Amino acid sequence: MIISQKKPDEEILSYLEGAKKVVLVGCGECATVCKTGGEEELENMKAFLASHGIEVVGSIYPQSACNKLLMKKELKALKDVLPECDAVVSLSCGDGTQTIASLIDKCVYPANNTMFLGEVERQGIFTEACRLCSDCVLAYTGGICPITKCAKSLINGPCGGSVDGKCEVNHDNPCAWIEIYNKLNKLGQLDKLEKMYEPKGYKDTAYPRVINLREEKHDE
Amino acid sequence: MSKLKQALDSGTFALTAEIAPPKGFDFTRQLYLANLLKDKVHAVNVTDFQSASLKASSLGLCIMLKQAGIEPVFQITGRDRSRMAIQGDMLSAAAFGIKNILALTGDHTTVGDCKDSKPVFDLDSVGILKAARMLESGQDCGGNALNGESPEFYLGACVTPEYDPVELQIIKMKKKAMAGAAFFQTQGLYDIESFKRFMDYASKIECKVLAGIIPLKSAGMAKFMNRSVPGIRVPDSLIERLKNSSEPVKEGILIAAEFISKIKEQGICDGAHIMAIGAEENVPLILEAAGL
Repeated sequence: MIISQKKPDEEILSYLEGAKKVVLVGCGECATVCKTGGEEELENMKAFLASHGIEVVGSIYPQSACNKLLMKKELKALKDVLPECDAVVSLSCGDGTQTIASLIDKCVYPANNTMFLGEVERQGIFTEACRLCSDCVLAYTGGICPITKCAKSLINGPCGGSVDGKCEVNHDNPCAWIEIYNKLNKLGQLDKLEKMYEPKGYKDTAYPRVINLREEKHDE
Repeated sequence: MSKLKQALDSGTFALTAEIAPPKGFDFTRQLYLANLLKDKVHAVNVTDFQSASLKASSLGLCIMLKQAGIEPVFQITGRDRSRMAIQGDMLSAAAFGIKNILALTGDHTTVGDCKDSKPVFDLDSVGILKAARMLESGQDCGGNALNGESPEFYLGACVTPEYDPVELQIIKMKKKAMAGAAFFQTQGLYDIESFKRFMDYASKIECKVLAGIIPLKSAGMAKFMNRSVPGIRVPDSLIERLKNSSEPVKEGILIAAEFISKIKEQGICDGAHIMAIGAEENVPLILEAAGL
């Protein structure tokens, strides 16, 4: 899940300086779970902007703001208000905001900061889980990602920086490598730790990347 | 050839000390200290943005030391440089006749004094050692052939004997040795029995070990290190000794000297590495007190 956080109110207002009428776009997926782009947040944003003299002339709550085809359809519902609005405020992640911006000729402003790819520990608690490094090493590390959970993304074992099993960067975080060691020990797979792992390669992660499952079909 | 390697290979109890480049470009004090250490130690480590704090670079001071006739140990962390920059610095080091390289992960940028700097960590310590080995084999990190002669290095790494769980530290130490580390300098040590237990494991790895010595200046410093410095464990008995001493700095020098004498006499490891952290003038006093 893409974890997002609402930007400070002042920052959002600064984007909208001079704007009188705006349109809001939420997102029914990650941003709803993160409480940054659900129906409740759309209502709150509407009230907040109204209190600063900005009228919300329309809003949509698409199932998924990052699905371009879907968004194209959803935006039709705004066809009467979009021409008269001064700006669009996106309550989705950075991906959704870009999807919307690519489909309309209006200023689209983000209401959220996109933080990380993570899991929902429980309601309202999210932890970073994957750095999208594209060459997954979880098979060797007991299902614990050293690229994400180790602050230095070390691949051959720990640094010497942990104190009482906690990471030097954030003492609330356990040292990922001690966790990996304990897990592999439990699984009887400590031999995996002995293996020398080559530095990760980055040539295949030059961004922006495109994956085209229809490439072969396309080529025909 | 590296004097440090010569000493270690010949079974001489090797001595190294550590200095940090300045936060500025006046190297006068560093050269003064290095000259003070010149005939007392086999090589002088130059730290690489120690504690993730910006200073002049390690390579610059290493070159200055080399030109002053002092053998440097070029410390390289993975924090600030990509594999290209690391190998480039290694080649530059080779051009100045610098042989000794100590590969380190490096503290994270967020614990240092330029917290917004990008933490690179393209290579871990194992990767840095392998990068050096690759250059020795005549290749760069892209598999391209180097022009001319291949460089020759004497590679080292660090290890934390008081790490918990120690098995995990030993696994990584083995990997570092396999990747090319011929010598290890340890984190600061104070408990000889505990170090002996560590060496029971470590002596099975083909490498030389230099025991890390951080001279204590006060009981407060010892307590602070116990609290805040990873891998440091100063026993209460030493804290008491410092507390009861009217001259704690001298007591600290004595404690360091006693430790060095013991490990040498008992043949526990192959040498000592003194990290005086701003009190490098005391290194000759420690060595003198240790009868070295």
